[in-house]
Amino acid sequence: MADGSSSVPGSLLHRFRDGDLDAFEALFREHQRPVYGWILRMVRNTAAAEDLTVETFWRIHRAHDRFQPEYPFGPWARRIATRAALDWLRAQRPEVELTAEMAGALPSESRGNPSIAAEIRSKTALAFARLPSSLRAAAVLAVVEEQPHKEVAAALGITVGAVKLRVFRALRLLRKDLVRQGITP
Amino acid sequence: MNADDENRIKQLLKQTLPPVERNAEPERDLWPAVLRRLDADTAQRHTVPWFDWALLGGLAVFVISFPATIPVFLYYL
Repeated sequence: MADGSSSVPGSLLHRFRDGDLDAFEALFREHQRPVYGWILRMVRNTAAAEDLTVETFWRIHRAHDRFQPEYPFGPWARRIATRAALDWLRAQRPEVELTAEMAGALPSESRGNPSIAAEIRSKTALAFARLPSSLRAAAVLAVVEEQPHKEVAAALGITVGAVKLRVFRALRLLRKDLVRQGITP
Repeated sequence: MNADDENRIKQLLKQTLPPVERNAEPERDLWPAVLRRLDADTAQRHTVPWFDWALLGGLAVFVISFPATIPVFLYYL
């Protein structure tokens, strides 16, 4: 994410902090794609990702007077996006999200291995959806999307060690759930 | 869970949930939706909540019922 940061008074970030709508639009144009991509990685639903991108920029605008222009905009926007996505994940019922169909419908870099039986993929997706949202977020960002632990930690507002712990707990719970469903990974 | 189990679960997860493409972008321009959201927020802020209207109504009824209290209210304004 480009940050467009500047500590010069009158810069884009200063004008945004002062409530300038044009500056906000310029920042929106610059950051909407990375924010959308980050949210999509977390929620894995294109319609929800679009709505949450709007929600994120609304929250960003509401918090403009708390923004510190000496710091970059990108990581700040990503933290707000992460909180919006986590709120959405917490509100979802496991039965209606993250099904194998939804995973297959995403704009992905690879369609996955077709040799894996559809049933196993479906059960894995369901088991993953049953994980607590905080573990899901850490696992999907660190394992599936292979984002650096440092970036995941910054977005989630936790330490790198906590990210590793959440990923480990997510994988362990996932394995237990799959074993309960009759699948031995 | 040993390291092999962990790697197998990771692979299964990656195959079940393929990574999102790096250049994913929204299918529509989201700026109009952001503006609508900001406008709705502004309109909501300018709307007087029902509780305030109820409080004002109650005060009016009280003052009409007990006109002698008007100077007391005026004193505390």
